[in-house]
Amino acid sequence: MPQTLVEKIIARASGQGAVKPGDLVTCKVDLAMLLDSGGPRRIWPRLKELNAGVWDPDKIFLASDHFVPAVDAESAGILKLTRDFAREFGIKNFYDMEGIGHIVLAENGHLAPGMFVCGGDSHSPMGGAYGCYMAGFGGIEMTAVVLTGEIWTRVPETIRVNWRGKFGRGVTAKDIALKLCCELGMDNAFKAIEYGGDTVRAMQMSERSVLTNMAAELGAETGMIEPDEVTLNAMRAAGRTPAADALSWRSDEGAAYFAVHDFDAGALTPQVAAPHAPSNSGPVGNYAGMAVDQAYIGACVGAKLKDLQMAAEVLKGRKVASTLRLLVAPASKQVTRDAEKDGTLGILLEAGATLLPSGCGAYAAMGAGILADGEVCITTTNRNFQGRMGASTASVYLGSPYTVAATAVAGKICDPRDMLGETVP
Amino acid sequence: MSEGNAWVFGDEINTDLMAPGLYMKSSNEEMAKHCLESVNPDFAKNVTPGDVVVGGHNFGVGSAREQAALNFGTLKVGAILAESFARIFYRNALNFGIPCLFFPDYATIKPGHRLRVDAALGRIDNLTTGTQHTVDPLPAHLLEMIRAGGLMPHLKKRFASAK
Repeated sequence: MPQTLVEKIIARASGQGAVKPGDLVTCKVDLAMLLDSGGPRRIWPRLKELNAGVWDPDKIFLASDHFVPAVDAESAGILKLTRDFAREFGIKNFYDMEGIGHIVLAENGHLAPGMFVCGGDSHSPMGGAYGCYMAGFGGIEMTAVVLTGEIWTRVPETIRVNWRGKFGRGVTAKDIALKLCCELGMDNAFKAIEYGGDTVRAMQMSERSVLTNMAAELGAETGMIEPDEVTLNAMRAAGRTPAADALSWRSDEGAAYFAVHDFDAGALTPQVAAPHAPSNSGPVGNYAGMAVDQAYIGACVGAKLKDLQMAAEVLKGRKVASTLRLLVAPASKQVTRDAEKDGTLGILLEAGATLLPSGCGAYAAMGAGILADGEVCITTTNRNFQGRMGASTASVYLGSPYTVAATAVAGKICDPRDMLGETVP
Repeated sequence: MSEGNAWVFGDEINTDLMAPGLYMKSSNEEMAKHCLESVNPDFAKNVTPGDVVVGGHNFGVGSAREQAALNFGTLKVGAILAESFARIFYRNALNFGIPCLFFPDYATIKPGHRLRVDAALGRIDNLTTGTQHTVDPLPAHLLEMIRAGGLMPHLKKRFASAK
């Protein structure tokens, strides 16, 4: 019987010949991603209580990215505990303040098609851009994963989302992701989203991973994209040789989908999600003119090299409005180095941006750049729930790097197409 | 089986409301004091052991932070009923030993209604109105974990019997 990609991976990981949606199975985990936030600080005391260790230190990836760099005694203590955990259990794949875990994971070649990966963070579906199953779990559940190397799951149904055609100027993968939050809603629990169509095929991994990252906002178990040469080239660039069967990890012809949605990328315009939910999205024009206190370029979904380059396209030769502050937290140290080399960083700084450390930072109200009562922020991040970036009376709007950069210049929410002109560089 | 008063919340109650990022470094006890404070400031102050939390659509949407679910455990909530749950929150809450049931008739529950919840049978008795509701019970493997008191006691049993 034909199977979808997620069914094939779960069948392999659970040792079954085939599975169907609704089946309850126990899977062997190929890789467990732990972060400082919900990782060792929550897991280690439990391992001690159980008088047990980890199942396989070589299958654990650990990154400190939420509380970095330490700003007080508590965060310093959490980061020290994370380092001690890595040492105690011999975790070689430990990335201490190298950047946001989801980004560092891909940069260092830890992902491959067909893998079954569990992550201790809700945006774990981002890894599904590599054609693997990657889903998010809480620290309590990750305790069981690092202890046993196993996890139960109910095989999700697959929703296929196809985008066809070419983007207009100033439209990006982020605009697709925001549009889908509105179109599909945020309540797709126990579903896997599979993205396809020629628009997605034409994207590099940076943009593809925006779609899979924000499968989390759709409430899905995971988001996935079938691998192709773009995927394999990204793996090679990250120092990993793809397996001979890598491209076989795709949905079978005739596989049963829960639903299939088709969208036209050519008709899409820049989108903005208004407070207090990503599903509250619409054309940027709906919010044009709204005065903004802070523009933020950061987080796993919105501060990769490509995102910084988009912001620089707008900011080149322009200045940030005097009534607004622009904060930029590149997603990793590698991104910062690459942006420095190709001149992107210089353009952002010249425009008046404040450079922040690589990490989740203000996006999760844990690091520098949180909001005061009543302030308005526009951000390249993925979630704008009440209180998400600090004060519960603050308002957070979500947009693409183009839209956030254009707003930073105008001082109020602004359609980036007004500043980009018609020529695609 | 648990019995207590209903605390009623709306649709898409998210994890930032349950466990605000500003308190993520705090102890479990301190964090729980801020649970849902921006929606109902009385909840964390006045909830009593065994009380039942009732939500609408997509309860627990958002982050993987386990504190969102753990706060209900710290406050000794007896059960959570909602029209639908976000998947990570649902798994976290069950792992902390809190029964979560999908409850289509959630809108019939008003604040303060006295509820008795049997997760094994899938039965909800509204003692205030005298109404009975039947819902899907928890799957057997989750019920076993809930009966053990959550994932940690469950793992303890498993590892103790393996030794």
